[in-house]
Amino acid sequence: MLDLIQPQLPAITLAVLLFAASAAFLVRFERARAIALVAAGVQVVLVSWITWIVVGQDRVWVYTIGGWGAPLGIDLTIDGVSAVMMLLTAVVGCVVTVYSAGYFPPKDSYRLFWSLWLFLWAALFALFASNDIFNLYVCLELLTISAVGLVAISGERAALFAGMRYILSALAGSLIYLFGVALVYASTGVLDFDLLATQVSIDPTTQAGLALMVIGLLLKTALFPMHFWLPPAHANAVAPVSAVLSALVVKGSFYIIFKLMHVFTGHEMIPGLAELMGILGVCAIIWGSVQAFTQKRLKMMVAYSTVAQIGYLFLLFPLVAAADDIQTAVLAASAGLFHAVSHGLAKGAMFLTAGTIVKAVGSDRLEDMAGLSRLAPIPAFTFAIAGVSMVGLPPSGGFVSKWLYVSSAIETGAWWWAGAVVVGGLLAALYIFKVIALFMGSGKEPLQVGVSNRVITIAPLVLALMSLVIGVFGQPILDLLYPAVESLTAGMMR
Amino acid sequence: MPNNIERPRRAQHIVAVGLLVAVFVLLARAVLYIPMHDTGVASSIQDNLQISGVLNPVTAVLLNFRGYDTLLEIAVLVLAIIGVLSLQREGMLASGRLAPFADPALSLLTRILVPMMILIAGYLLWAGEKAPGGAFQAGSILGAAGVLVTLSGHVRPGWLSPAIVKIIIAVGFVVFLVAAIIPMFFDKNLLEYPLHLAKPLIILIETWLTFSIGMILVTMFISSAAPITDDYVRGDAT
Amino acid sequence: MTQIEIYLLAGAAMFCIGLYGLVVRPHLLHKVMGLNVMAVAVFLVLVSVARRVPGPTPDALPHAMVLTGIVVSVAATAYSLALIKRIYTETGAVTLQETDDDA
Repeated sequence: MLDLIQPQLPAITLAVLLFAASAAFLVRFERARAIALVAAGVQVVLVSWITWIVVGQDRVWVYTIGGWGAPLGIDLTIDGVSAVMMLLTAVVGCVVTVYSAGYFPPKDSYRLFWSLWLFLWAALFALFASNDIFNLYVCLELLTISAVGLVAISGERAALFAGMRYILSALAGSLIYLFGVALVYASTGVLDFDLLATQVSIDPTTQAGLALMVIGLLLKTALFPMHFWLPPAHANAVAPVSAVLSALVVKGSFYIIFKLMHVFTGHEMIPGLAELMGILGVCAIIWGSVQAFTQKRLKMMVAYSTVAQIGYLFLLFPLVAAADDIQTAVLAASAGLFHAVSHGLAKGAMFLTAGTIVKAVGSDRLEDMAGLSRLAPIPAFTFAIAGVSMVGLPPSGGFVSKWLYVSSAIETGAWWWAGAVVVGGLLAALYIFKVIALFMGSGKEPLQVGVSNRVITIAPLVLALMSLVIGVFGQPILDLLYPAVESLTAGMMR
Repeated sequence: MPNNIERPRRAQHIVAVGLLVAVFVLLARAVLYIPMHDTGVASSIQDNLQISGVLNPVTAVLLNFRGYDTLLEIAVLVLAIIGVLSLQREGMLASGRLAPFADPALSLLTRILVPMMILIAGYLLWAGEKAPGGAFQAGSILGAAGVLVTLSGHVRPGWLSPAIVKIIIAVGFVVFLVAAIIPMFFDKNLLEYPLHLAKPLIILIETWLTFSIGMILVTMFISSAAPITDDYVRGDAT
Repeated sequence: MTQIEIYLLAGAAMFCIGLYGLVVRPHLLHKVMGLNVMAVAVFLVLVSVARRVPGPTPDALPHAMVLTGIVVSVAATAYSLALIKRIYTETGAVTLQETDDDA
């Protein structure tokens, strides 16, 4: 039985999500919630199984859909990097599902949340598994429409406007990406990543194709200065949606950029592209942090912190390009990918707990939250732990990724990138500790805290603790990443 | 409509146009360097056409070679209608009627056109196997017929119960998904149709997709065209 | 200049026109139309790319990509229009200029 299921795992994992999403569309709120909870549990099991196989056999898992194989058909490929991203999606997704079960009142107006959320999850899985640049376009559109649908679902004025801004930017990003796909197909005749790696040559068509694909994806990843749509969308969505958008959705398009830079040896194809993304990353860290510091609303502050944290992801590219040997390059790439994981856990926890706090206090304004830690100690504590990872203090996951970044920057001699990492950590400390100090202090008037339920208090804490645990036990994740990162970064070095 | 829309300023305008001209120059250079010889998978598609189950190469790519893209594309369509429905207030689908057009010409035209449209949809579906056509084209015609009967007042938007509408919306995608996983029970991969089953499965998928696509397009039209007023929600806007 | 090149250049030009509409025009309907023009431009490029194969039958893969792209574009447009309609009925706004994000 297991021998029959095992070779089909990637398809089964995706099919479970798509079936669950369709079923959740047809039934009432309670049933849809039950379907989502079961699907979430099944996902964790299936994705853990996939990861275990990928690690155990130490290979890239190629699954040929339809039995055709590239270039005629579409392949799914799962390596260590995609397995880690899938595992992150499954873990955060599972916690978000449980949280949502406690967050939404059982009213039919939120019935369609479950279906949209399961479609979004399916889109993320399909994206991390796909090895075909046109199929990725379809995955990106699935991701975009489900994400915007979730932002707008509350029907509140600010959420509707934020959703509109989001969909216009995201669709523009998709179409720019698609133009790039058309050009790359025109010049190479293939769409599969592995075949592209053997076919690409440096000519104006391919260069423009890569440039367009990367620009489209940067718009979707919200790298500074293309981040303008992100803070309203992430801050005005309901809490579980904010958490998913910040923790997972932006990582999807980042992951594609990472793969593209490898396949096209991006720094040779377009000289300076890696450095440009790094510089924009530094700008994002500074601008996002400064904006986060000045915000007066909790969720807006957390959203700007996402803008800053996205910046760290992009430091990966110049550091890998500058590396002299494969060890240093792997160090830099691992730093960026580890950051994607630790930020996913910490930011997921932070947005979820922000939702709990806003629900308890009845307001999103920071000044209304003074003295929270005495009345709602667990949410305040959760926020502090997630904040520790955001700042990058030991023993958190954020510390590990920053440590790896600084080490690789020093080894390559490009120490100024290390400076950016350190300055970013200090700036994050400013806006995080400002909020924590506020929670510990006391307000002008006594704080009223509404009744809260246990599910939405505990679920974020679980994620926050995980962001600490991966700091202490980060080695298994780094080991899991190592073989894949080693082969991927080889194409990204000078 | 409020007409206080701020017009873009002249300076911004010039900057934007300048930038776009630059973008055009880069894009034009890129498209002119496209190699003008066969680098695509055209020959590979022709070679495998016989074992794909259909004779039209585009249908073969859409439903067999790259059927996975089409599966996700239908998911996008279902997702969009779920999104559209999530933007409506409760009970929208069930109640009310678009103001019936007291237009005898439209009414007569509808009576004549709708049967023909259904016929054409059927033809397009059938022709898709060996000529351009297929589920989306057929479904669009079916959807247009649905819009016409609704607009002309022949049918109230709510004449089908929301439950049935939802089932028709989802059925095409679910049938496709089931057909996609059937090969997995015979030790084959997702969407790996056995040679003798490829044709019947593709026709089965296309047929159900046609109904779903038609219903999705009609529902998109009705739920967005309907005036969102309290009268409408109560269902007495006749 | 060959026929295919004319179509390719037209595609590039339309893409820029669509981008102009999306970026410069404030009205939301214009922005969505801009996106549609951009989508059609990419489809034009893809169809032209399909035609460069020697022989009478064009490359079917770009055609299939266009058909998939059209469906995706229809879906995205339908959702965007529904969102615009909801924004208009809730607030009477037809542009994004009337928002105040920090409210």
